[in-house]
Amino acid sequence: MSNKLPDVEEILEGAVKKHGLAVVPLLQEIQEHFRYLPEEVLRKLSQKTGIPLIEIYHAATFYNSLYLTPRAKHQINICTGTTCHIRGSGKLIEEVFQVLGIGPGETTSDGNFTLETVNCLGCCAVAPAMVVDGKYYGNLTPGDVREILNKIMEKAAVEE
Amino acid sequence: MVQMTLNGLRVEVEEGMTILEAARFYGINIPTLCYHEGLSPYGACRLCLVEIGPSGQSKLVSSCTHRVEEGLVVRTHSERVVKRRKMLIELYLATCPQSRVIQDLASKYHVTRVRFTPRYEDCILCGLCVRMCAEQMQGKAIGFAHRGSNRKVATPFDVKSEECRLCGGCMYICPACQSRCQGPQEEEPLCNACLNLDQPCLNYFDDNMCFMDPCVACELGAGREAKAKSRDGRL
Ligand code: FES
Ligand code: FES
Repeated sequence: MSNKLPDVEEILEGAVKKHGLAVVPLLQEIQEHFRYLPEEVLRKLSQKTGIPLIEIYHAATFYNSLYLTPRAKHQINICTGTTCHIRGSGKLIEEVFQVLGIGPGETTSDGNFTLETVNCLGCCAVAPAMVVDGKYYGNLTPGDVREILNKIMEKAAVEE
Repeated sequence: MVQMTLNGLRVEVEEGMTILEAARFYGINIPTLCYHEGLSPYGACRLCLVEIGPSGQSKLVSSCTHRVEEGLVVRTHSERVVKRRKMLIELYLATCPQSRVIQDLASKYHVTRVRFTPRYEDCILCGLCVRMCAEQMQGKAIGFAHRGSNRKVATPFDVKSEECRLCGGCMYICPACQSRCQGPQEEEPLCNACLNLDQPCLNYFDDNMCFMDPCVACELGAGREAKAKSRDGRL
């Protein structure tokens, strides 16, 4: 992802062409580009499509996976559903705290990682599970978590 | 036209009506909180519930959203319905005891206690203001945001909405922000200053026997005898 801000008009144009007036897919598409839903973009979307702003806001606040505040570069979701809880997701959360110093709902001060908990990722067979940047990891031990996070950090360092 | 049974009476009503409209057409008063003639039905408050279906297999539905059908059997004031309705009013009282509309409902339907901790919420999420704004005022300035226990009525991004024309329609229709008249015990969650009589017939029959509003006849006449005879003397 380049650091240059993507062109709002262009993104909206493309999204509307693709999804029509379906609010949630539109929002998802926008979020893919900005990593969250910036207020000005939503206002523009409302003007462009004629969807009342309140409806957009309603959907954006309703779903947990849509964000109205800026997100970190890397999103860590650790499952704390029943199965994962029993199989030790608490340990994974502790491990993330050890490595990054953040608890659930928090973001590292350099804006690189956000940790969030979710209730069941729908893959209990591989519990405890976690999702980092949309990629699923299962059957995790705290050691695995440390490894995955270190790898991401190394990669980021190399890119810089 | 469809034929249906309303509180034991065979009646004919227009197709496509809701049960609530049909009942009101025949002069039967069903209490509502989230319903308004000029707005689309929403089915949120459940106060308008009625019992449908043959006894034994009956179920409770919200009459403001349920359409009439051929052969439908409806009871609007059965014991089951009245009991539930009172419970709902009690819950609303605990949510929003400062609302005059809810206090009036409590007095009218003889709810004389609140067993829950009063919460003094500003909103009961009936959605009247949202529909008013969208449907009558063509504003769409307010709507619901968040969900579950965090659900609330809000403007986009919680700042003053550009669509809002300050018409005041939302305040006009809001049942929660009409404040109580300064009756006795205004500190209490329950006012009951205009308390109506309880229907004595429900202690003997499964249904309301008349639709006097407020109930008065039996309590002053026949009701007295009934009271003397009643099993628990609690009428
Ligand atoms: S409980 Fe974690 S995937 Fe189901
Ligand atoms: S009036 Fe029918 S549910 Fe509120």
